[in-house]
Amino acid sequence: MSNSKLTRRGLIKTGAVAGAAGLTLPTYLRADAHAGYLNAPQGDTVTLGFNVPQSGPYADEGADELRAYELAVEHLNGGGDGGMMNTFTSKALQGNGILGKKVEYVTGDTQTKSDAARASAKSMIEKDGAVMITGGSSSGVAVAVQALCQEAGVIFMAGLTHSNDTTGKDRRANGFRHFFNSYMSGAALAPVLKNAYGSDRKAYHLTADYNWGYTTEEAVKSSTEAMGWETVAAVKTPLTQTDFSSYIAPVLQSGADTLVLNHYGGNMVNSLTNAVQFGLRDKQVNGKDFQIIVPLYSRLMAKGAGANVKGIFGSTNWHWSLTDEGSKAFVQSFGTKYGFPPSQAAHTCYVQALLYADACERAGTFNPCGVVEALEGFEFDGMGNGKTLYRADDHQCFKDVLVVKGKENPTSEFDLLEIVEVTPVEQVTYAPDHPQFAGGSLGTCNPGA
Amino acid sequence: MDAIILQILNGLDKGSAYALIALGLTLIFGTLGVVNFAHGALFMIGAFCAVTLSRILTLSHTVIDETQKDFLGNPLKVDVPYIYDIFGQATGDAIIDWAVPISILFAIPVMVGIGFAMERGLIKHFYKRPHADQILVTFGLAIVLQEIIKYFYGANPIPTPAPDAFRGSFDFGAMLGFDPNTIIYPYWRLVYFAFAAVIIGAVFAFLQFTTFGMVVRAGMADRETVGLLGINIDKRFTIMFGIAAAVAGLAGVMYTPINSPNYHMGMDFLVLSFVVVVVGGMGSLSGAVLAGFLLGILESFASMAIVLETLPGINQIIIYLVAIIILLTRPRGLMGRKGVMEE
Amino acid sequence: MGLNKKDFTLLIIVAILCVFAPFILNPFPEGSAMAQFNAGYPDLMQRLVIFGIFAIGFNILFGLTGYLSFGHAAFLGVGSYAAIWMMKLLTMNVIPAIIISVLVAGLFSLLVGWISLRRSGIYFSILTLAFAQMSYSLAYSVLTPITGGETGLQPKVNDPRILDGALAAGETPRANLFGLQMNQSYEMAVGNWVFTFNAGYYLAAIVMLIAFYISIRIFRSPFGMMLRAVKSNQQRLNYTGLNAKPYTLAAFVISGMYAGLAGGLLVAMDTQVGAERMFWTASGEVVLMTILGGAGTLIGPVLGAGFIKYMENIVSKINKSILEQWFAFMPDGIEDLLITLVYPFIGKGWHLTLGILFMLVVIFLPGGLVEGGQRVGRLFKRKKPADDKPDGKTTPAE
Repeated sequence: MSNSKLTRRGLIKTGAVAGAAGLTLPTYLRADAHAGYLNAPQGDTVTLGFNVPQSGPYADEGADELRAYELAVEHLNGGGDGGMMNTFTSKALQGNGILGKKVEYVTGDTQTKSDAARASAKSMIEKDGAVMITGGSSSGVAVAVQALCQEAGVIFMAGLTHSNDTTGKDRRANGFRHFFNSYMSGAALAPVLKNAYGSDRKAYHLTADYNWGYTTEEAVKSSTEAMGWETVAAVKTPLTQTDFSSYIAPVLQSGADTLVLNHYGGNMVNSLTNAVQFGLRDKQVNGKDFQIIVPLYSRLMAKGAGANVKGIFGSTNWHWSLTDEGSKAFVQSFGTKYGFPPSQAAHTCYVQALLYADACERAGTFNPCGVVEALEGFEFDGMGNGKTLYRADDHQCFKDVLVVKGKENPTSEFDLLEIVEVTPVEQVTYAPDHPQFAGGSLGTCNPGA
Repeated sequence: MDAIILQILNGLDKGSAYALIALGLTLIFGTLGVVNFAHGALFMIGAFCAVTLSRILTLSHTVIDETQKDFLGNPLKVDVPYIYDIFGQATGDAIIDWAVPISILFAIPVMVGIGFAMERGLIKHFYKRPHADQILVTFGLAIVLQEIIKYFYGANPIPTPAPDAFRGSFDFGAMLGFDPNTIIYPYWRLVYFAFAAVIIGAVFAFLQFTTFGMVVRAGMADRETVGLLGINIDKRFTIMFGIAAAVAGLAGVMYTPINSPNYHMGMDFLVLSFVVVVVGGMGSLSGAVLAGFLLGILESFASMAIVLETLPGINQIIIYLVAIIILLTRPRGLMGRKGVMEE
Repeated sequence: MGLNKKDFTLLIIVAILCVFAPFILNPFPEGSAMAQFNAGYPDLMQRLVIFGIFAIGFNILFGLTGYLSFGHAAFLGVGSYAAIWMMKLLTMNVIPAIIISVLVAGLFSLLVGWISLRRSGIYFSILTLAFAQMSYSLAYSVLTPITGGETGLQPKVNDPRILDGALAAGETPRANLFGLQMNQSYEMAVGNWVFTFNAGYYLAAIVMLIAFYISIRIFRSPFGMMLRAVKSNQQRLNYTGLNAKPYTLAAFVISGMYAGLAGGLLVAMDTQVGAERMFWTASGEVVLMTILGGAGTLIGPVLGAGFIKYMENIVSKINKSILEQWFAFMPDGIEDLLITLVYPFIGKGWHLTLGILFMLVVIFLPGGLVEGGQRVGRLFKRKKPADDKPDGKTTPAE
């Protein structure tokens, strides 16, 4: 094969051939001790592992993440128009790969199951010699793979994961999250909701019965109660539920005038569709128009709910209609390559890939401990979210949060959401030991050697 | 009181979906003795018949609108359905609006065709094979069908709304003398319930009152004897398979406005429909229908806030818990026949 | 060892395969186009033998008695949770974790089996399914404090671990066998090939060989005969005055313990548990493994497990750029055509390939992969009469 790929094992191979062709040459090579860290790139390439859902309900989101990674690799290697590399405030990246090594990648399927995601990540680390793993579309997977990367000694750059736990009780030194979280959604939404719907509302929560649902419910509840709303009831719904009629129907009887759907993905599409079917939005309760709120929006999934999203508030990490230079550059280069605008999942993954590459450049090494040091407390701009800080205490990015609303008159199938407000970062910042994030510790970085 | 009436309504509605799927499954599983893991996939394909038809109706050519811009700043391309060119915009919109009900006409031949093809091409050869082989082959088939749909339609749910006339809801409470807004129910769900009742009635009438149905029932009871009488039972079983596929498909078509269809909706319903069939009792059509409604109603009650406060998590397990209790107290489910799939 | 010659040969063959798996599974040199198909890396080798154990155990119930459990993943999951709690509370040494996982899964299967075995046939299957689905649902939601719910459980630095000394600063807790870490590997380079010998894999392989040996003994014992009698005609058995229930319950508990063992080993190799491990698709997977390999045969379930895990881990990782590499030597038009043709079946399309293979195997090889092996075998030794019954093969299961 002409364009053979040099992996971590490439070096062993070369060494063995040089020693004596065909001769057994045992080498004790536990975790590449000579380089000081696991999977140190050999030759002139470096391998990254893109671990995204390719089957299961989030397959389309995973496909979009993969597109973003491919675009990022192209830009890092100096191809295309450079995208956000041109707007990024750090100018360490040269367009010649990372530290002069051409970026190559392997892909895997998380199936949105923690076991499968870990198996796939392990094969990237053990077989392909990946020095960094990134991607994913759920918090369960993010936490599981993050713990694996900590154990193995590679960097994990989380994809779409919104649960507080990822950088809260399950935070790890080798893991980093650019995406926002439940707390930030709650904090950003509350003032907007107050403006739109007043401070005297009775809220009814429907919550997906698992970790992400709990943290989101808690975040939204505490921030809306702080501004005077009352929580009438909070009902848990099974993750596997598809028809939410029996949960939606009693809402009106409860005297609530606002419904909060702490659901994501397929759950959100179905519960929102059902709520609109039941005519909740045409009703008047306590003399007020009944309202529905979706704390975390995903545009890709919202498409499945069709016209039902119109006028419904929610929050999102990023949206393609933003007009800052970074977003414009990204949308331009993604849209030109693929013919449609990127999703928030694509954006966060693209940014994570660039941030990792930039950290390596600044650290001058792929060594996870060097990368951790370079990322901790790193401040940057030009990546679509305004000024952003990677906080050292919990490896969470702090940046502005978008509050969005389902658009009344969409001009295309991508034009579903409109930005209502960009909540400044100060409003969504919290202490590292905030009760919603308590119980975790980063530990120390693990280079795997 | 009103809360209970509301949950009974919900239960009937949910139950009608379960009952329809279980009915088709029982026709195949409880009577032909074939463990058909691809039955959920048939339900899913039915739903995608509706999606496909609405795609066909909205087949478009693009017109460039210079006044608007797309996300890259180029002139916006606006899609104009061909149907507008044929019927004009108003009639065209009305036809597109009614895509889901129209899909029924489209889905019946498609589903019967798929059912025939499945039975003749695959299932026929597995009547005499062990159940284990039937599971493996139909599971493989279900995966293949599912992946084909995913390949063409993606993994995300696709909105397929009901016609305008059936959107919104109806205030039952006011009619029964309760306060307004206590018992509201969406029109489309009422339509679904009525539709399910009609289909279930039609299948029963067909089996009960036609000669064909009589022969099939005889064949279910004792296939060999009927065969010895010189009746070609195989051909009739093929037709029954087609009918079962059509029932599953129609259940899917009508379900699309309730929840946007996606490629794995069949798998989501599969396990549940097996539970319904077995709780109803193997070989009993009325058992399957009864169990469908029973589990639908119990599931609805379990999701009430007041129930969840006393028994957290009960909504997660209610169906399985009830299944265990029924199977332990009634050895062959609600109305099962002795000796059917008991060995 | 108490085995007849044929069984002994089979056991030896399996042992040799296990020992040399790092070579056998890595047939292609590094950097070659085919290296994508190499499966000789620790994680996959571990999974192959662990799911082999799971399937061997499932086969003791299903292959011998014909009782089709659709809830075996629950025992695997319960075993895993028990093991991880052992590692959090007691020690990172894998021995207590594995032992407790077998015991807890055994107890749980005793309870489930005692209730479910009151019914037979499809009614039994649905009862086991119901128990497993309840376990999954509760573990994912209301039992979150014990199970970690969606995010599962992993050992953390600040867990108590009363038997282990405090971790040195910067240490992460690692599963070990008296200090030998499970992820420790020795790599050997021969020419262009690299072979990895992993401590965890060999531990799992030894356990698998023991499990396999026990399963042979069960198949050949009077107890195994009794189980076969249950399968062929339970009524007749009852008429002879024998109560079949204790035998079937014993088989159920044994296979539940095998599942627990597999669960414990999974945790020992990869210290994490998630509730999806108990979802019905996981139970379905072991059913498919067993049938695909050949239910009722000794080696079939292991082959089936290997086949499915290999597909899941290898085919799903082939992406478009790898395809482009493979076909790069072809003329442009043909290259594009080939990529378009192959693309739907790899990467995100691996489910499609799996589904098609299920159908092909069951249509053309009614006895599963074992039958395929026999057919190939027969081709090579035409001279012998073709009627010799293969090792451990009984009639196809129902």
